[in-house]
Amino acid sequence: MNQADPQGPSRLDPDPMPRRDFLGLASLWAAGSTLLFAAVGSLRLPKAAVLSSPSRKFKATLPENLAEGTAFVPPGRSVALFRDKQGVYAISTLCTHLGCIVKPSATGFDCPCHGSKFGPDGKVIRGPAPAALPWHKVSVDGGVCVVDEETIVPPGTKV
Amino acid sequence: MIATPPPVDKRPALQRFLSNLRGAPRALRDTALRGGKPNTDRTRSTFVFGNVFLHLHPVRTHRWSLRWATTLGLGIASLASFLLTLITGVLLMFYYKPHVEVAYDSIKDIAFVVPTGNLIRNIHRWAANVMVVTVILHMARAFYTAAYRAPREFNWLIGMGLLVVTLGLSFTGYLLPWDQLAYWAITIGANIAQSPREITDALGVTESFDPGGLQKLLLLGSDQVGEEALIRFYLLHVMILPLVLLGLLSVHFWRIRKDGGLVRPKDADARLGPVRAADYPVFTEAPRKTYQLAAVVRGTSGAVGRAPENTVPSMPHLFYAELAVTMLTIAVCVALAMWSDAPLKELANPQVPENPAKAPWYFLGLQELVAYSAFMGGVGIPAIVLLGLGLIPYLDRETEGTGEWFGGRAGKRIVLQALFVGFGAALVIEYFAIRYGWLREWFPNIAQLWITFVNPGTVLTLIYAAYSMWLVKRHDSTRAGALGLFTCFLCGFVFLTVIGTHFRGPNWDFYWSPADWPGH
Ligand code: HEM
Ligand code: FES
Repeated sequence: MNQADPQGPSRLDPDPMPRRDFLGLASLWAAGSTLLFAAVGSLRLPKAAVLSSPSRKFKATLPENLAEGTAFVPPGRSVALFRDKQGVYAISTLCTHLGCIVKPSATGFDCPCHGSKFGPDGKVIRGPAPAALPWHKVSVDGGVCVVDEETIVPPGTKV
Repeated sequence: MIATPPPVDKRPALQRFLSNLRGAPRALRDTALRGGKPNTDRTRSTFVFGNVFLHLHPVRTHRWSLRWATTLGLGIASLASFLLTLITGVLLMFYYKPHVEVAYDSIKDIAFVVPTGNLIRNIHRWAANVMVVTVILHMARAFYTAAYRAPREFNWLIGMGLLVVTLGLSFTGYLLPWDQLAYWAITIGANIAQSPREITDALGVTESFDPGGLQKLLLLGSDQVGEEALIRFYLLHVMILPLVLLGLLSVHFWRIRKDGGLVRPKDADARLGPVRAADYPVFTEAPRKTYQLAAVVRGTSGAVGRAPENTVPSMPHLFYAELAVTMLTIAVCVALAMWSDAPLKELANPQVPENPAKAPWYFLGLQELVAYSAFMGGVGIPAIVLLGLGLIPYLDRETEGTGEWFGGRAGKRIVLQALFVGFGAALVIEYFAIRYGWLREWFPNIAQLWITFVNPGTVLTLIYAAYSMWLVKRHDSTRAGALGLFTCFLCGFVFLTVIGTHFRGPNWDFYWSPADWPGH
């Protein structure tokens, strides 16, 4: 009579994993996860924490005789400054399509790259640009304007 | 060679020394070549598998693979032009300096001061162009001979990886001269990477979820094209992408052999007829024995019933053909390089965009689409095209016409029709958009999402997709649909590229010829 011991392991139970196999698998998983973490960790490297771009705040003095509706673009900047009866305002000249520099024109702004046209307030009139040109914050301090390219203000804000 | 022990030399040591010295060059050749001159079938075989560079090749090659019409030599031409860019690129690295203050000057030095510098730079530029052309044509060849079918599906995917890396290499190389052309093309390219914002902005979620911004940041290392971007593009161009390309190429070539050589029709042997004596070097001193790889290859063995008669030794048949294609490719690249100089505009000026700012020609089709919607043209449609190309081998599981150009007569008719549909649809849409404008001109206040999803690019893609679904139904065959879709895709690519290259001028306006551009 060869009855299995009712307390002992049944033949349906899985074989216990031999210690060698267990250690082998454990070290494989350990190696795998280490490599994975190392890879994910090093992927953080290419994303710069601090950007090397120059300061986005600058001062500019508008010419005395700047006519209403005529743009003044401070050299080296991608912002157009205007003055009318309500005050001074600044509109970005970076095309919202793919980043070319738009040129102030009689009807507003024209982009040379894919033909977007914007109205005098920066609204898209035609072309592929998906959004209006943003207005930037200006503060006037005596005769000098301080333009903050980091801050976007609602269109129509004049100081 | 069978090594018989050399007879013991009894001469005085000095004489032995002198005769060994005299024999050194010959001994050097024999030790390098491992097997002696390839002038018998046996040494022809050892010539191949005894050489680390050649042994990617089979020892014997099927005659079908050697017909010009099978490959048109396009794969080897791609490889040859890549190797040419590799060599000339390393030479350019002697002088090129990846820093914004000096990059432009170093290119000028190469062009005007460095001996042969201009020629090397021109060859590099032209070989890169030739590579793009041959890779695309090679892909078309693989497609039209249905070479992507089992067991070669995976190699088709590897091939797509190669296509993407090839384009990436060209794109990253375009920035390095740091001239106006480079600067503005890369500005546009980087903003295309950012264009998923077109969607996230419209949905108002950009604050919390901004994949576009992240892509641009990773590409440029900054929020504008500057020093960081130049170093990154340089690193990608001279190190990362070439290594990736070499890795993919190794798999590509390895798989060709493991997949049983190049694709050929089932009845290739019957069609080739018997081997002409002149085609086949006769046995010389080698034993009478057929050479067959003992490797376990899946599929039916080509030798069953007919022995390896339809294969010929790779040395010289395959290698001479490869050498001929390589020499032709080099000749074409050098001739082009002597005929036309690589462009170099003024120094990059971040304040004044180049007008028109054009990417390299093979991206101008995309630029044409981008001029309708940045996201759809630059990201959406290319992704759809790549997905479609990648799915082809898994959707077309038919076997009819494998290894046959266009799969035979019926296929040729479909391709011809698809050429008409492909060019026709592109022509009509472009004419319409150029003549009458698009949604924004008619409804100035329309929401951006409408334009993103309904623009000439997406409409054209939809027409192509609908047409090929109709072909599937009409011919009751997935292959028919695939033939239609791929042909349409090629037509669209060619048509839009020509429009973008030749017919677009300042402000991306339509001109019949660059001679009509204002200010010229
Ligand atoms: C750097 C780019 C590439 C190189 C250097 C290259 C090289 C080669 C070579 C030398 C061959 C042997 C047959 C021939 O010469 O046609 C081949 C075969 C093949 N290639 Fe490529 N290739 C490249 C890109 C591609 C691309 C973009 C695809 C498709 C998406 C592709 C798909 C294939 C397929 C399916 C085969 C097997 C053809 C057959 O069995 O007849 N390759 N490749
Ligand atoms: S960048 Fe202004 S229209 Fe494309």
